Amino acid sequence: MADVTMRVWRGTEDGGSFQEYQVHAEDGEVVLDLVHRLQATQANDLAVRWNCKAGKCGSCSAEINGMPKLMCMTRMNTLDVSQPITIAPMRTFPIIRDLVTDVSFNYEMAKQVPAFTPRAREADGTYRMDQKDVDRAQEFHKCIECFLCQNVCHVIRDHEENKGRYAGPRLFVRYAELEMHPLDTNDRRQLLRKRMGLGMCNITKCCTEVCPEEIHITDNAIIPLKERVVDASYDPLVWLGRKIARRIRPSGAPPAQAPGRAQTESAAG
Amino acid sequence: MTTITVDEVHDLDVLVIGAGGAGIRAAIAAKSEGASTGLVCKSLFGKAHTVMAEGGIAASMGNVYPEDNWRVHFRDTMRGGKMLNNWRMAQLHAQEAPDRVRELEEWGALFDRTPDGRILQRDFGGHRYARLAHVGDRTGLELIRTLQNKATSLDVRVFMECTILRLLTDANRVVGALGYWRESGKFVVFRAKATVLATGGVGKAYKITSNSWEYTGDGHSLALWAGADLIDMEFLQFHPTGMVWPPSVRGLLVTEGVRGDGGVLKNSDGKRFMFDYVPEMFRAETADTEEEADRWYTDKVGARRTPDLLPRDEVARAINSEIKAGRGSPHGGVFLDIASRRDPEYIKRRLPSMYHQFKQLAGVDITTEPMEVGPTCHYMMGGVRVDPDTGASSLPGLFAAGEVAGGMHGSNRLGGNSLSDLVVFGRRAGLGAAAAAAAMSDMPSIDPAQVDSLAREALSVFDRSGGTNPYEVHRKLQECMQSLVGIVRTGDELEEAQGRLEEIQREASVASVEGHLQYNPGWHLAMDLRSMTTVARCIAMAALVRKESRGGHTRDDYPQPDPELGKVNMVVRYNDGELTVTPEPLPVMPDDLAELFKS
Repeated sequence: MADVTMRVWRGTEDGGSFQEYQVHAEDGEVVLDLVHRLQATQANDLAVRWNCKAGKCGSCSAEINGMPKLMCMTRMNTLDVSQPITIAPMRTFPIIRDLVTDVSFNYEMAKQVPAFTPRAREADGTYRMDQKDVDRAQEFHKCIECFLCQNVCHVIRDHEENKGRYAGPRLFVRYAELEMHPLDTNDRRQLLRKRMGLGMCNITKCCTEVCPEEIHITDNAIIPLKERVVDASYDPLVWLGRKIARRIRPSGAPPAQAPGRAQTESAAG
Repeated sequence: MTTITVDEVHDLDVLVIGAGGAGIRAAIAAKSEGASTGLVCKSLFGKAHTVMAEGGIAASMGNVYPEDNWRVHFRDTMRGGKMLNNWRMAQLHAQEAPDRVRELEEWGALFDRTPDGRILQRDFGGHRYARLAHVGDRTGLELIRTLQNKATSLDVRVFMECTILRLLTDANRVVGALGYWRESGKFVVFRAKATVLATGGVGKAYKITSNSWEYTGDGHSLALWAGADLIDMEFLQFHPTGMVWPPSVRGLLVTEGVRGDGGVLKNSDGKRFMFDYVPEMFRAETADTEEEADRWYTDKVGARRTPDLLPRDEVARAINSEIKAGRGSPHGGVFLDIASRRDPEYIKRRLPSMYHQFKQLAGVDITTEPMEVGPTCHYMMGGVRVDPDTGASSLPGLFAAGEVAGGMHGSNRLGGNSLSDLVVFGRRAGLGAAAAAAAMSDMPSIDPAQVDSLAREALSVFDRSGGTNPYEVHRKLQECMQSLVGIVRTGDELEEAQGRLEEIQREASVASVEGHLQYNPGWHLAMDLRSMTTVARCIAMAALVRKESRGGHTRDDYPQPDPELGKVNMVVRYNDGELTVTPEPLPVMPDDLAELFKS
């Protein structure tokens, strides 16, 4: 393969621009190989995050020719190298330097997820689960936290003001994994509705399209969550149950424990 | 000259360095004991090398074979390590792994299931029974995410993208560490009553490796520089199956689960060559014929195991020999074939990441064609010498767990024993550190002069112009280790390596870096090179002294194991700027355990 023209965004939070480099490319390489070669030979201080270079850690997210991708999983032979290859940092997150962005928003939202709370073990000390029930939640466990779904979500992509009240697709996947976990007893549906902005997602599926793990974020995580939240909010029996519970509890005192899903479901029907 | 003072100081009961499986588990344990706990990692939280573990976590739960128990696991582990393991670590590991797996499940991990709904276990090399709890072929990701979520829910303080440069000492005790924020380049001091190293391995000193950039031997070097003992540094595991093509992904791991699930190794003649490489030690337990080997997948009682699943050191050496004999694949590996042996649906369900990885990176469909694979530098058996029960190093205030600790795996680690090692000894080290911290009434004091000189030294690469290029020095180091201290070693080459490595270390010390302190990878690499060159020298020195072949250490000039050397660890120490290697006796196994090896 011949030399490739790379246009790489260089700069800081104060601003920057695309700089052009000629970089040698070899057969079978991925974009991250060229970025590494550029770093080693022409731009020692080019800031880029990466770890495993195997599509497993989700560190090297960037916008390649405008498409949000992992640099380690984008082979050069999938790009038109007769044209310059443009590499830009993810736009939704504040710039630290060059291709590195401040993704702490995601970690802050993760801290707000109410913890996994398993039901009791069977009498023999095991947990019994069917593979088919496990499969459903395992899809969400594939998430490598590359945050590309957060990056393309239009609710926060150009709307900094929404970040405080919107968890975003990555976190919805996390909520879905807990909601569909065969052992979990915690109920996070009101939180999702009131604090995590689930209703702001209008299911345009941008997140699903960019997921390198091919998680069906919209269809399998967000839409089922929306349905469950609707059930929890407007089911008259649930509403009545909550009302009674509130009466029994002394005013202002928190519930002794979060209502279990099993309880809620039995109340619902 | 003005003194460099560091304004940002964090006081902690327990400082944990490294946030892979061992580090997070240690932090959870310490935090659960009530210790104020900080977790420092070079990358973002949740990106540690543990995510790359694929096949599973070994634990004798007996869900698939009720015959399994901790004694069998213990015996397999010791034999896999060619009896050089610290027996007490191997015992604790085998005894406690099942509880640690159940604990992960209780914290949210979703392992694959047996038909009756319990945790499914799969076959792996060197394990007598199907023993690896797993999640397809991405068990490491499940483990790290489960621990990450648990630590987050416990509100463990996490210091992300922060590199530790040195441990701080006071009167021969570790009292914390000096680090810098990768993002800003600013220095930060952690003052701690107890410090746990959980920094992983050293693979980035090699050209062909399955390891990520973080694996630069930081913990090994931090411990050594501070005065702790390292053991078994000559034992490095070359995983038999790394990708060999395209060059860009050379070394990338291909899970042993491929063979556990029915894949076999073949040479260019289409021959299953592993039958020619069964060592005496494993002959009685290994199949003689292909028919018996194939039957073994479904009949563990009436048939003996396939030689494709011998311990990794044996398989890696066999592949190396086939390639050298001219029976390799087009790109210099051998063939790993599951396509002709299992149906596509089964392969995709059991090995989804492998399917994805080959399809996307090599354009190979593993359900219809064989993979090309070859050995890749994978795992460091050697590390900080620790007390098995508490993870305490030879230096007060310092603990270690996971890959950075030595002893558990002896001269060769069995697949699946790493993830279990992380959680068994991560927990123990966290508890050990919390207890040590609780026994101290006051926060230790930090010597400002020590901080000043270390910080000054770290910045010296910016003052120098016309020094070496850290990327170039790194390339030289990798070439040297790959060609002279690789999978098969000789005395002459190891001698040559000593000289070259001293020169490379000198070049690393006069690197110059341009630009700024903020997220500057050139500077980061210059800092990492200090630890990489240090561990490289430890490996080469210990390898020269061990004049035998055993486990992950193969000497062409001493091809057999030496029973006398089977009784000693090589202990590496650092005194007054000099590295020394001393053979010291292994702890002696008690009679009731020794009994297990007499059959």
